[in-house]
Parts: sequence; C-alpha cells; structure tokens
Amino acid sequence: MSELTELTIAEAARLLRLHSISATELVSAHVEHIARVDPQVKAFLRFTPELYEKQAEEADRKLKSEEGGLLTGIPLAVKDVLCVQGVETTAGSQILRGFKPPYTGTAVARLFDAGAVMLGVTNCDEFAMGSSTENSGYFPTHNPWDLDRVPGGSSGGSAAAVAAGEAMIALGTDTGGSIRQPAAVCGVVGMKPTYGRVSRYGLIAFASSLDQIGPFARSVEDAALVLEAMAGHDPLDATSSDRPNDVRRDFDKGVKGMRLGVPREYSEVEGMEPGVNAAVREAIKALEKAGAEIVDVTLPHTDYGLAAYYIIAPAECSSNLARFDGVKYGMSVQDVDNITDMYMRTRRQGFGTEVRRRIMLGTYALSSGYYDAYYLKAQKVRTLIKRDFDDAFSKCDAIVSATSPVVAFPIGSRTEDPLSMYLCDVLTLGGNLAGLPGISVPCGMSAGLPVGLQVLAPQWREDVALRVARAYEVASGVKAEVAALG
Amino acid sequence: MPLTRDQVRHVAQLARIALEPGDEEFYAEQLSGILEHIDRLQEVPTDDIAPTAQVVEVINPLRDDVPRPGLTQAEALANAPAAVNGFFRVPSIQEEA
Repeated sequence: MSELTELTIAEAARLLRLHSISATELVSAHVEHIARVDPQVKAFLRFTPELYEKQAEEADRKLKSEEGGLLTGIPLAVKDVLCVQGVETTAGSQILRGFKPPYTGTAVARLFDAGAVMLGVTNCDEFAMGSSTENSGYFPTHNPWDLDRVPGGSSGGSAAAVAAGEAMIALGTDTGGSIRQPAAVCGVVGMKPTYGRVSRYGLIAFASSLDQIGPFARSVEDAALVLEAMAGHDPLDATSSDRPNDVRRDFDKGVKGMRLGVPREYSEVEGMEPGVNAAVREAIKALEKAGAEIVDVTLPHTDYGLAAYYIIAPAECSSNLARFDGVKYGMSVQDVDNITDMYMRTRRQGFGTEVRRRIMLGTYALSSGYYDAYYLKAQKVRTLIKRDFDDAFSKCDAIVSATSPVVAFPIGSRTEDPLSMYLCDVLTLGGNLAGLPGISVPCGMSAGLPVGLQVLAPQWREDVALRVARAYEVASGVKAEVAALG
Repeated sequence: MPLTRDQVRHVAQLARIALEPGDEEFYAEQLSGILEHIDRLQEVPTDDIAPTAQVVEVINPLRDDVPRPGLTQAEALANAPAAVNGFFRVPSIQEEA
C-alpha cells in the first residue's frame, strides 16, 4: 500500500470519509513504510506506538460517526523540541536524555484535538542550532533525495520524514530558517508563520524573540490546513496574537494583479549557486506569466543580517539554556565537590560543540563592557532590517527569492567551518528578525537536487504568502514528490 | 577583535561551562572568526536608531488570574536526576565551617 504514503491531506480525508480506508490502515501503511526506509533516512529519533495506536482508533471512531474533520487520522511527525506529555523530548541533546514532559505544548495539543495521529519524534540539530541536522546529539539524518547529503536543518528530521513519505505532515520550528531551509533542500513545503501567530507554549526555547512553530507538508494547501489548526491566541503564551485566524483567506485567488518584489541583494549573496538562481528565475517567470507584476525592491541591510542574527540568537540562547543545570531534569554529573562544579561539568558534557559555541558567544556579547558594542548594536541593526522590509512592502505585496542559496550539501562538508554553515540561512533569517511569515515551496531541481522558492509577506499576511505559493504550485505544476527509496 | 584565552576562561566561568584540555584554543579561534564577521556591524550608522527587542505590536497583555491545576510534587520531581524527601537534591552550596 505504498500509495497511501504519498497522499495529501485532502486526498486522504476524502478516502477516510468515504470509508475506503480507515485511519488505522493509513497509519499502518506509514509505520510499514517507515520500517522500510527510515533505517536509511534516519528521520526519527523515536516512535510513539502508545500514541498512534490509540489516536488512530479514536480517529476511526470519529470517522464512523461522521464527526471527523480534515485532520482526523492524518499521520504527523513532531520535531524533538515540542513537548508531548509522557513522550521523551530531548531537543536533540544528550543533556535532556530521558526527559518526559509533564504536559503537551499548545500547537501539538491543537493538532491532537483536530484528530492528527503522532507517529514519532523527529531528529534535529541540538536545541535547533544548525542548518544540517549534523549537530544532533544522537545521529545525522540523511536527505531522501541523496542519502550522502544533509536534509538541511535544524528541522531536518521533519523535512526528511515528509519528503520520504514517512509522515504526511510534520512540525518544525524556525528561528533563522530552520523550517524553510530544510523544506527547500528536501523538496517539500515548509512555512514559518508571523511571530506570535502560533503559541510557543511547550516549545523548548532557543531564541525567544525569533522562534516560531510551523508545518511541513507536500502541498501548500496541506501546510495551510495545519497552520490554521495550530494558529490563534493562547493565554499560556503572552506573545501569541488574538488576531483573526484568516490564514486561508483568498487561498485560491491567484496572483493576477499582485506585485511581487525581487530583492536585488538576495540573488547576489555569498555562495549563491547558479543552478539555484536559475531555478528561482524560472519560478519568478512562471508567476509573471500567471499575472503577477514583478518589481525590483531593495533590502540594503542584507549584508548585516547574518551578523545581527549571530549576536541576537546566541544572546537569547545563552539566557534560555541557563536552565539546563543538572538539577531539575536531564543529565547531571554527580561525582562533584560543589554545586558550581556540577553545573559546569554537566553543561560541558551534556551540550554539544555548536551549542557550547553559541552559549559562549552569547554570554560574551552580553557580558559587562561588550553589551553596547554587540547586543545593543545588533538590536539597532535589527530595527534597520525591519525598516528595509517595511519599505519594500510599500512597493510590493510579497517578496520572492531563493530559500537557500545552496542545494543539499554532502554530510561532513561544512561542519569544520561554522560561518559556512551559518551562510545557509542568509536568505531566511531576515524574516525572523522582522517577524514575517515565510513559506518555501519546491521550484524544480538543480543537479538532481531540490530547490526552494521563498515567499515572504508582511506581518500577519500568511494569507498572502500562501496565496502566492499556491498560485506558483498551480501555474508551474511543480509538486512536492515523495523521494523513491529502495 | 580576537578573543584571548583569558577572555575565554572568563566567559566560560560566566556561562558555567567547564573547560577541558584544548577547549581554550578551540573557542578562542572559532569565536574570533565569528566575531570578525560580526564586527561589520560597526560600519552601520545607528546613532538615532532605537533598538528592537521584539517585532510585533503586542504590549504587556494581561489575563485574568484564574487558578488552574499545576504539577503535583511527584510530577515536578519525576524528571529530577536526584530527589530526596520531596526536594531536588544538589551538592553542597556552602563549604563546611
């Protein structure tokens, strides 16, 4: 039944409502497919049969009494940074090995309420810090399109699971591009909502002013459905917005008459591959043919985005990760002389190289004597970057560009040079600094590897980002496909 | 500006991360490389620019203080590496007199 693992939500929901298949059959098909392909892809850290068996039965009960919604019975994978009650959740880190959250975060709880079935927990870079999933404290994940290459990151396990047909939908988090970049290099759809659209309650924090939870899927419509189910105000996250949940408004209206901005700086960033540029140019042509007006825009502070991001995100992480001290949960080095010794040895042993590097960088940037030169300066540059986007959106409805300047790279090829890894996020992190919604959709191949088109929209205009992405999907006929694996 | 090994030791102490052999050189080299890129921020004139700490318009939202169930003591301690008599157990905080 391999075709059951290639369906979209709309297709699966139709079969479920017609009772042509049951939720239990749909979930079993995915579990069997996982058993075949995950030993190669290694998208999952752990599986949750105690959840998916019960949730599939419950979905079948609802479907039988015609109570189910579109997400009832839909197989879901969850990134290892989202707390699920009783399910080991480790943020890809050894320091949290064995941690079982006492509660379920809001985004996941809302999908459970909508009837989604959780298959398991997906691999990621430790504490979501990385662009390749090689910083996982457990093992690397492999790109389903070329197993010798990375799936991107930090939500690489979720992207790979959807690309390999191991899950119909998956959740990720995006602090600098961690949903959109892996979606691009795995050839699936991935969306980062506006900061505040989805509650962060139950998300293990990395950088609190940048983090957002969002969906992976194999169609723009599926991504929209999952986002809609998670979005909306939550009293448990004071930064979540009470704006109307209108993300699917005008979804199918097309781009005729819309103005799409192409930032000249984005095609010239360091390391941009010609094959990526060519695929994105073709995609922009397809949007123009579909009736959009293409306009030149400028984001003059693009060259400073990476520098500002690599002060702000590490500074916030150095503060957030202070809680991992060997006292309340997770790893704890016990043969110590005093409590400071316990903190220091636990954190040295429990955190991996990249996490320690970022905590050190953030601590330095916040330390006495350096705060003004680094953190305050970066926050001022953040203001300028946000203004760049405000100015650009006065001339266009949405911005289109490549998602990642590069296709999936070989495992191990960038781990020695942190800056070369950070440069993978140069086109996505502006969206986090400015709090914008952004989506990546597949737009063809370069040298046999997927390329992603990014659509950025003004704050709270997920509807615009989704509408443009949907219009591209229709106009181009390019669909996220399941990678063929032996 | 490159980071010295003295600075690395100071920052590691602030961050409560122990240093093992080789770590000082590693951080000094790697952090200096990253800071060299970050130093380009100093080129940007920002004299009259206000800093941005968060990007959306939400300001101090309040909610009603309605009691709801919290964790039980057993739940709160369930993940503790070491617990005794309903408390988290930690190594000594003060030296013995």
